[in-house]
Amino acid sequence: MKNLLKLTIALAFVFGTYTSCNNSKSSVSNSGGLASNVAEKVYVAPGEHDSHYAFISGGYSGNLTVYGLPSGRMFKEIPVFSQFPTSGYGYSEETKPMLNTSHGFIPWGDSHHPDISQTNGEIDGRFIFINENNTPRIAKIDLKTFETTEIIEVPNSAGNHSSSFVTENTEYVVAGTRFSVPVPQRDMPIREYKGNFQGALSFISVEPEHGHMDIKFQVLMPGFNYDLAHPGRGASHGWFFFSTYNTEEASTLLEVNASQNDKDFIAAINWKKIEEYVNNGGGKMMPANYAHNVYDESTHTATSTMIKEVRVVNPSEVPGAVYLLPTPKSPHGCDVNPTGEYIVGNGKLSANLTVHSFTKMLDAIKNEKFAGDAYGIPILNFEDVLAGVVEQAGLGPLHTEFDDKGNAYTTFFISSEVVKWKVGTWEVLDRQPTFYSVGHLTIPGGNSGKPQGKYMFVMNKITKDRYLPTGPELEHSAQLYDISGDKMELLLDFPTHGEPHYAAAMEADLIKERSQKFYSLEDNKHAHAAKSEADVKVVRNGNEVHVYMTLIRSHFSPDNIEGIRVGDKVYFHITNLEQDFDVPHGFAIIGQNTSELLIMPGQTKTSVWEPKQVGVWPFYCTDFCSALHQEMQGYVRVSPANANMPLKWSLGEDIE
Amino acid sequence: MKTTLKLMMVLFVTLLISCGGKEKKEKEKISYGRKEAPAKVDAPKDVGTPASKKVDLTNKGVGPITSMTLTTEIDQKMAAEGAEVFKKMCTACHRPNKKFIGPAPKGLLERRSPEWIMNMILDPEGMVKNDALAKELLIEFNGSPMANQNLTEAEARSVLEYFRTL
Repeated sequence: MKNLLKLTIALAFVFGTYTSCNNSKSSVSNSGGLASNVAEKVYVAPGEHDSHYAFISGGYSGNLTVYGLPSGRMFKEIPVFSQFPTSGYGYSEETKPMLNTSHGFIPWGDSHHPDISQTNGEIDGRFIFINENNTPRIAKIDLKTFETTEIIEVPNSAGNHSSSFVTENTEYVVAGTRFSVPVPQRDMPIREYKGNFQGALSFISVEPEHGHMDIKFQVLMPGFNYDLAHPGRGASHGWFFFSTYNTEEASTLLEVNASQNDKDFIAAINWKKIEEYVNNGGGKMMPANYAHNVYDESTHTATSTMIKEVRVVNPSEVPGAVYLLPTPKSPHGCDVNPTGEYIVGNGKLSANLTVHSFTKMLDAIKNEKFAGDAYGIPILNFEDVLAGVVEQAGLGPLHTEFDDKGNAYTTFFISSEVVKWKVGTWEVLDRQPTFYSVGHLTIPGGNSGKPQGKYMFVMNKITKDRYLPTGPELEHSAQLYDISGDKMELLLDFPTHGEPHYAAAMEADLIKERSQKFYSLEDNKHAHAAKSEADVKVVRNGNEVHVYMTLIRSHFSPDNIEGIRVGDKVYFHITNLEQDFDVPHGFAIIGQNTSELLIMPGQTKTSVWEPKQVGVWPFYCTDFCSALHQEMQGYVRVSPANANMPLKWSLGEDIE
Repeated sequence: MKTTLKLMMVLFVTLLISCGGKEKKEKEKISYGRKEAPAKVDAPKDVGTPASKKVDLTNKGVGPITSMTLTTEIDQKMAAEGAEVFKKMCTACHRPNKKFIGPAPKGLLERRSPEWIMNMILDPEGMVKNDALAKELLIEFNGSPMANQNLTEAEARSVLEYFRTL
């Protein structure tokens, strides 16, 4: 009985603790009502969808990651410029051509600036383009399938950085070189850079229906570094603006030598004028060698074509097409507001933000008020084109985006903050710290005539103490802010993958409605597809063996193969016969020197296997597909190189 | 305290009883060996008719098709179309005349209503969830789920017509 009493007392005590706990909790949330409100703003209940997609570049991962806003949840990593063993991208026979370049097969890339296609100055959610900095390339990702469907290499370019921004009807996606180089490439002393190197700004036309890319022309500019770019829109549609640094044309110790000039330039390119010039036969074709890789969704196969010439335009040949706007000081971001009137130069070594006026620029051009020229390109007077200055806004401005209410938001790397200011009055309205050393920022619909407001997120370069430590290397941090009110409100801190340099975001509906669920088997035109059991076969052609294999829950057909010999090159052409949403199957075989394959419903992929050892070797499905997934397996018998074993295969019966 | 003791006793007794029940069951013989000398395994005791052999012509299943009538004559053109669809979309798991991954469709219309068949083709996930017979079939076939091949209603209907010819 005493025990019982003790128990009761103990229980009462525990209960009391709990209740008091609850009390203290509720008092905390009462005093911090704002904090709980913030949590609600980013809370997306289980099973609910986010309202926005965010596409964040992976930097040195070479890929593009897909996030939901406001939750900050990562949904997918889309392989673009790097081999991706998770799906077999860049390893499968079908996708290897995607990574072909004039330098051969490049397994890795440095992806930078995603930009979503537009119609009439509004984000249309059909395609997203992204540039590769190291081996200059532009990729197109189809937002119906979230697959990379095209990659074009950019010749005469190096450090493809002021890319891949689209014009307001996606007429062009541009690719500007960060590093100037000899054009054409040749063996010459580095010290002779100045006056001899050139910077190519490429205008890649985008065919409206399928988005196919084609380099229409390259403008060969002076040997500066072209850092970022943005299209004109509205009144300034037809123009493109590129920020420059190293107008000193230094080739060594740029840290010092490229920071000498008080002002660098924003280059204003009238691409409509050059387009007209080119359409009338202007410019000249020069020999080149660059890869154009196209993935065909019906054959599930990519082809790589080497193109041997490119049209180049010398800006001095097209009067009135190119002007230089003096801009302090080594500007990074070059951003155009939604109306197209203002061009912001984010001079990263300046404390002020410079804003140019498009109207004033046109006036100065009309009145031919030039301060001089650079290699024949007219330089306008700084004062003539200046619209205003955001004074002492912060240290190290990098990038500006705009909302739908006439406000601008600029990141400051050195002072690690984001600053909100008013377009037109140039007054600072608000500032918020970032954690830490912010690079770029994104507002959904940012690079368009119609920003979608509500959210803004910043991508930081330094993480330090934001998350649990994971050794010396940390994922970068991003912060999401609510920008619907007068003051920016920090909502969420979330890790990003790789090194995000830039992002594009938009409301989810347009993409969600078009998103594909599976590939139709009927439309599968793969050269080696086995579209039903009747097509299953194994064919020998010398030491090449082609296995036409099918997958369905939960077996391979065939699942027993004999007659393979050491030294054979075995092509497993595998078709997933499923016709339902989210039923991929995988394929892995012991000794596979490439990667597994992940095959979507209705899709065919090919893995090459070169067995080196005699034996009976298993293969299996890597994707947990059903309750019988563990049973989804098979065997290949490998005989000695000189064996006289005929090819035999089966499913459900023994090979006799 | 006395009440507590009593309660405990009751609990223990209940536990003991429920445990004891199983002891009487004989262990099934399991044996592994090479194929040349297959071990005799006792045939499983008949636990009633397997789901695949059960006849239920009144059950229409659960799904998009609630009622349909078949013509007395088989529509040969439609059946030929159905044979084509079956070959493309179903043969990975079904053989017309023998059990494979899934059951054979031969004689299916003697065991199932046309509505049930249509629903099983058009919404297998829903059927396995909501139809007792479909659930039983899934268990009989080792939990191997029937894949939804996203056939149109017309395609499914043609497959059904083809089944009538088997």
